Parts: sequence; C-alpha cells; structure tokens
Amino acid sequence: MKAAVIVFPGSNREGDVIRALRDAGHAPVKVWHADHELPSGTDLVVLPGGFSYGDYLRCGAIAGRAAIMDAVRAHAGRGGLVLGICNGFQILVESGLLPGILMRNAQLRFVCKMQHLKVERTDTAFTRAYAPGQVIEVAIAHGEGNYEADEETIRRLEGEGRVAFRYCDAEGRVGGDANPNGSTNAIAGIYSERFNVLGMMPHPENLIEDLVGGTDGRGLFESLRAA
Amino acid sequence: MIPNVVAITPELVAEHGLKPDEYQRILDLIGREPTLTELGIFSAMWNEHCSYKSSRLHLKTLPTSAPWVIQGPGENAGVIDIGDGMACIFKMESHNHPSFIEPYQGATTGVGGILRDVFTMGARPIAALNALRFGAPEHPKTRRLVAGVVAGIGGYGNSFGVPTVGGQTGFHTRYDGNILVNAMAVGIAKTDEIFYAKATGVGNPIVYLGSKTGRDGIHGASMASAAFDDKSDEKRPTVQVGDPFAEKLLLEACLELMQTGSVIAIQDMGAAGLTCSAVEMGAKGDLGVELHLENVPCREEGMSAYEMMLSESQERMLMVLDPAKEAQAEAIFRKWGLDFAVIGFTTDTLRFVVKHNGEVMADLPIKELGDEAPLYDRPHIAGAFLPNIPAESVTPPMSTADALVRLIGSPDMCSKRWIWEQYDHLILGNTVQKPGGDAAIVRVLDGPKGLAMTCDVTPRYCEADPFEGGKQAVAEAWRNITAVGGLPLAITDNLNFGNPERPDVMGQFVGCIRGIGEACRALSFPVVSGNVSLYNETNGVGILPTPAIGGVGLLDDVSVHATIAFKAAGESVVLVGDTTGHVGQSAWLRDVCGREEGAPPPVDLATEKRNGDFVRGLITSGRVNTVHDLSDGGLAVGLAEMALAGRIGATVAPPTGAPVAHGFWFGEDQARYLLATPSGEAERILAEAKAAGVPAVVIGTTGGDALTLGAETPISLQTLRTAHENWLPDYMAGRAA
Repeated sequence: MKAAVIVFPGSNREGDVIRALRDAGHAPVKVWHADHELPSGTDLVVLPGGFSYGDYLRCGAIAGRAAIMDAVRAHAGRGGLVLGICNGFQILVESGLLPGILMRNAQLRFVCKMQHLKVERTDTAFTRAYAPGQVIEVAIAHGEGNYEADEETIRRLEGEGRVAFRYCDAEGRVGGDANPNGSTNAIAGIYSERFNVLGMMPHPENLIEDLVGGTDGRGLFESLRAA
Repeated sequence: MIPNVVAITPELVAEHGLKPDEYQRILDLIGREPTLTELGIFSAMWNEHCSYKSSRLHLKTLPTSAPWVIQGPGENAGVIDIGDGMACIFKMESHNHPSFIEPYQGATTGVGGILRDVFTMGARPIAALNALRFGAPEHPKTRRLVAGVVAGIGGYGNSFGVPTVGGQTGFHTRYDGNILVNAMAVGIAKTDEIFYAKATGVGNPIVYLGSKTGRDGIHGASMASAAFDDKSDEKRPTVQVGDPFAEKLLLEACLELMQTGSVIAIQDMGAAGLTCSAVEMGAKGDLGVELHLENVPCREEGMSAYEMMLSESQERMLMVLDPAKEAQAEAIFRKWGLDFAVIGFTTDTLRFVVKHNGEVMADLPIKELGDEAPLYDRPHIAGAFLPNIPAESVTPPMSTADALVRLIGSPDMCSKRWIWEQYDHLILGNTVQKPGGDAAIVRVLDGPKGLAMTCDVTPRYCEADPFEGGKQAVAEAWRNITAVGGLPLAITDNLNFGNPERPDVMGQFVGCIRGIGEACRALSFPVVSGNVSLYNETNGVGILPTPAIGGVGLLDDVSVHATIAFKAAGESVVLVGDTTGHVGQSAWLRDVCGREEGAPPPVDLATEKRNGDFVRGLITSGRVNTVHDLSDGGLAVGLAEMALAGRIGATVAPPTGAPVAHGFWFGEDQARYLLATPSGEAERILAEAKAAGVPAVVIGTTGGDALTLGAETPISLQTLRTAHENWLPDYMAGRAA
C-alpha cells in the first residue's frame, strides 16, 4: 500500500511508523506539512505521533489547520484510508475528521507503559488480521489521551460500532485500573462513520518485533496490506 | 540600557563572582580597567562552572584514552568507536542549582543542554538517562521537587523524541538544600561525520542559529558556581526556560545542514551562552573572533551587549560556515522556521572583539580568556579513617524476612516505576531493555549491535571513604553493563560535590578522583566526557560526595543479552563472587539498624575484572540469559528483584562456610553476580569458574510464588511486590512518609 506519512514540525514517531509500514510490505513516503498535495496514488495517510508545534496550544490544534490537512480531508472524503496515532489522533479530532477531544490524562501525568487493548471488531481495513475478541498488548505514551465527547456522540459511536480499541487488562476486562487515562468507556481508538479513518492513542508501531517488546502491533499493519 | 563604561567597584566585582585577586589578574592581563561587558565576559569564563579552576588540576590525572576513544574530554561530548564506521557520542551534565530553584524548568533545560551537546557533534540522540538525588522524603520541599524534576525531564525528552531509558534516584537528608539533577545523553553518528568546535579559516562567517536571545539565564553559570543560603529561591529569575519543540527543530535543521558539508565548526550555546561558545571556537582554532551584536536575533528590545553576551537563552547554536554554502544553509534553517543570522567572522588577530552598532564593547585576548583562567590547588585533607564493622558485632533488630521487605520498599530501593512511566522510554522502537534492569539496552539503528548504558554511584560509600567510593562507582557502572552482556567501553563522569574552598570537601573530591582514575585504568574504561558541579552547599552543609558515573558498553549482537528476571522454575541460582558479609555502610545497616557507619566494602579491581569477564563470557556465548549484579541491599534484595521481575519465586540457603545470616543476605561485598540457569549447565559453569579462579556456588532453586531465605518463613511475592511498588506512588500522593 502506498502510504503518505505527514511530518509536522515536532512530529517524532514518524520513523517508528515508517519502519512498521515497511516491515509489513507497504511503501511509505514522508510528506511535509506545508505541502498542499498528497503524492498521487496515495492509498493511506498516516499522521504520526509527536508534539506537533510543541503542543503548546491544545494538542493537535495547529497541525489540524496545516496546509496539507485540506488534502487529507479530501482524501478521507473520497473514502481513502487515514490512520492517526497518538498526536495523529489528536490532530484528527482537531481537524474535524473524528468527533470528540483528547483531554489531559485523569492522573494529570504523562504515562508510558505497556497496555492491553481489546480489538472491538475485526471487519475493518485496520483490524482484519486480528482474531475476534483478541486482547493485544501495545505501548501507550501520552499526557493527553483521555477521550471525551458529549453523551450523544458517545451513544452514536457505541451504537454504530465505531469504537476500534478499548483499554483492558490481560484478561480483556474493561474498567478500573485497566483504564490508564480516564477515557470515557475506556475508548482507546475510534473510527469515522465510514470506517476509513482510525484515530488511536496507543502505539502499535512500537510493537512489531519480539526483541523490542512483542509483535501485537503487527496485525494493524498487516491488515492494511490486505485492504 | 546599561552603559558599557562604568566604574568597576569592588562590589561590582564581587557581584560577578570574582575574588579580588582574580580581578587583579584581569587588570594585569589587559593592562587597564575592563568595560562592564568585559567584566561580564571574564565572570562567565572564569567562574567555577566554565573554568574548572578548582578541579582542573585533578581532572588531568584521569585516564582518557584507549584505542576505541575518538574524542576525549574537552569537546561538547566524548566520542567512542563502536565499529562498522559508527561512533557513540555521549556526555552527562548537571543542572543542580537551577533545578532546586525551579524544578520543572531546571530539569528541562538540563536535558535540553545535554541533548544539544550530543547533536552539536553530528550525532542523532538515541537515548537519555538521568541520575537524581533528592532530600529526605520527610523534608517539606522533597515531594514538590521530585514531581517537578520528573515532569520536567519527561516534558523535554518526550517532546524532543528521545527515549529516556534509565537512571538512578536516591534520597538523603544531605540533599535537602541541594538536589542533584544529572542528565546524560547518548547519540550515534558515522565516524567520518563528526563535528568539532575548532574554527578554521580567516574571514569565515560566524552564524547564529536557533531560538532568539532573551534576558533569561543571565549569570546562570555564576549562580551554579556559588553556595546557597535561605534566599536562594530569590534566584529564580536566573533560571532559563526550555522549549523542546525549538530543540527538536534545531536538531533536524542541524543534522540536515551537516549533510551539506557547509559546517566548519559548531558549538552549542550552553553555560555562559554566546561568550563561551564564541571564545571556545576561536581559541581552539588559534583564531580571533569579531562579533557584531546588532545582528543577534533578540526576543526583547533594547538588549545591551552585556546582556546578550551573558544570556543563557536555550536552544541556540553558533557555527562557523563555509561562505560558499551560506545561502544553502540559510534555506534549511528557514524551512524549519528557525533564526539564522551572520553575527560575526573569524579573524587572525587572536582578539575577541565585540561590537554593538559600531561601538567596541569588548576587546580581549581570546586565548588568555580560557588559558589564563585562575587555577587553584586548593588545600585538601583526608577524612577520618572509618573502621570495618564485623557483621558478627551487629545484632539484627528484626528477622531477615522483615528486613528484606523493609529494604525492598525503602525510598532508595523501591521501584521507580512512578518516575520512569512518565518518561517515554519506547520511542524510536529500539529499547531492548527498559528501565528496571541492571543497564538499559538500546539497539543501534536496525542492529545487530546494541549499546548498554547506565548511571551509578553510591554516595554513602564516597562519604565514608572517597577513594574506595570513587572506585566503586566506576566498578558498579562496569558491572551493570557486564551484567546485561555488554563490553564496557567508556564513561562520562558528573562530579557533584560541596564547597571546594573547604579542605574536607576538597579532600573528598581528590579522593574520589583518585579512586575513579584507578578503577578506569584497571577496567580499561576511560573517561571521555564529564562535568563538575561544586558549591552544592546550603547554609554551610554540603551534599554527600556524589561522582555519578555514566557508562556505555557495546553488544555485538543485541539479541544476545541477559535480563534480571527469572525465566523458569527449577533453575539453579548461582552466586558468583566472594561473600564475606561486609555490612559497613550497607543499606541494611542504614535502613534497618539506623546506623550510617563503618568502612564501605573494598573494591578489588582485579577480582572485579576476573568475575565480570567470566560472567560476560557466559552471556555472550548464549549460555546464560538471567543475570543480576549485586549492589545496594546485597544478595537478598538482588534475589527479590529477580523474582519480582520474573514472577517466579526461589528457595535459597547459605552454603557451608557462609558468614553470619545478616552478613550473607545483606552484606554488600563487591564483584558479585547472581545467575539462574538449568542445573546441568550450572554444574558445568561451576567447574569452569573454578578453573578460572572465580568463586561460584549454587545457593538455591527457582520456583513457586514466594522467596524462601534459609530457615525463614517464606515471603510471598505479593508481599514483596506491594512493598516494592507502593512506596513511591503512596509518597507522591501524600499517603506515606
């Protein structure tokens, strides 16, 4: 799959996601935030993790209005695939491609650790390589990953099956200490209405080999290969 | 604006941290009264932090070379060859004084400064570590300082995008008024693409890069060269503010610029900012420098030459560029949205000339600014000799099991998860050993090589016997790297001490340096970079002598390494090294018996090397992958850490001839390791150890969900885990201590 990885000033996990994409057989290229066009033939746009523009304003707020984002919105509007990880998820909500907001973690501290996730559905372009109900372990590393939205939005997301991943414990139990940041309904990632845009706080791109923590993140990139 | 020519009164000289005889030295050197800007430049160049005037004499005795050392001390960072045309560039530096006054910003700028030192030389940072010392947990400031420093380190490193993979955190009342924040950065570069500070060529442009200059941090280095009193909080305005976003842009722009071949020399603006960087580049190249300050990008209007020369605004660089490639260089910086300004040029006059709007504000001999800085051979006296404390002479106040639970949950030895979970330790996807092991392991690019890295020192040993303590700090760093399978290559040292004008403190410094030097020589572990932080004293009370050692080692195949976690039940637990039961200065004696007494454990460097080389051979040959070196808390704490990490218990008993129980379980004899391996392999290892002259004995077997120490009641792993994991989060939440 031809992937365009958008680099904003302050992006810092673009190399990690490029490695994961290459590893799964994709062809990623970097695209500069000030560009106005995506490379022709782009199948997948990736907004990587980082601290775009330092995140001194609301996380992702400035990046959400960067020049390239018009092209990303158009790509999504055509049904093109968009994946936003961590800061990328924050940029997706700030750019209007996904609903809700990422607030500061409930404990008010940055948290980096291994975290279990429940894969909510396995019939999307991003998750088809996972088994139904599978619990995966990936990394989280964020200070503002506490997903919040108004009640109506949460009801819609849940009703339409648009929750992609939920924080859980090793046995798949949701709630309590298994929620690392206070997100509503333990939401770790959500889809757009057409399931072509995925925003998620955890970092599957850092879990692609046994030597470095495990391989539970590979499924996401392998799913995209089949898409 | 402050006038440049003012009457230089004794008060003004004192305010600049210069002693009367030092001022006389200035008068003798330039043959006239200095301008205010010149006085400021001298104060910046001649303070302790920049001139090493109390420490230079002794630092010279440290070994700094080895076949694999490409660059030793004196540049922005040390450089070692790691093979395949790659170099590892690393350094550790303190930000103690500012972090006490303003913990978040003090820590962030400490991290920013050390990252800059590394990427200034052309390296991309691949890991950060830190060594932190705080006051007693019950001191009213400690909790706030811990929270601020940790948030600051994370706030900078996480945004910049470097994994913070390891470190050390301790508490002691002697740090109540002077915390220590030592940050270490490790980067990699190609050996033929390393950049230095030495300027070459006359008439080449001197270019200012990065963030704008403000009034922050003026005299920061001078503050770091003075002791504290009750009014230290009032020094808050001298602390700089960090901007990791600007630094990230500066990194990317600098590395991109270096690829163009346009950089002749580069120096980051750290302590003493523009003054120090410009003087060093010129002096190293035997050139003069002329600066035109009206071209310096300023954040505020109306800044004087004095302020610009002394500002310590962060995220700034100075370069000497190839004039033919100036336009190309500027385009790269504009693309990243950073300031780029030609602010001067190199000359053949050997003068440091500073002009502002055409007016000469300073005109000084450039070499003498550095070379003629005061050099002191300060009086030093050795401390009292402390006698050895035989283990038999101490009556244990509680059972071995209770003592272990107390130690594993003590402020120094409890899990530091609360801290390192606030650091992104996984970014870049190369962290093979996360925090919590003996040393961190980071893969180099796509492998197969890896680097092992650690920060270590045992201040109570250094206080009791500076020479043995200095040796031990190096030996423990060496052992940490060995215990994961790395070949230790070189160290960076961060020498934190009290007031050098006190002969007893200077005695600690001199003793520690001697010990460090001896250990470095014996272990082929040279010093390639470092930093000295003196005057860590408040109201006359100095810190414990704390020479933090940052070590780096190489793994040829990063997939072949050891971790501390027990891997399977039914394996033999092998103790390597001699156990005499040395309880003097042990954590047990301090935290269980309430006594900080006695001589610290002696370090036999030949034994250290023999035992370590033996263990490393077992790891690199793929025969053993469960190893832990023994240090604070001795054997019992080591076992508990291995059991907790692996979620597998063990049953262990003293072998025949073992010392008295508390000496066996909690003694801190050096040069020791614990291994776990299938029993057949253990027998072979014992035979080989005997042949190699390495003491080794099987002391137990892994298995179960408890730790059984001799005849003691088994301690459940759950009890140990609760004690180990809960102290720090409870403390930070105000639920303990």
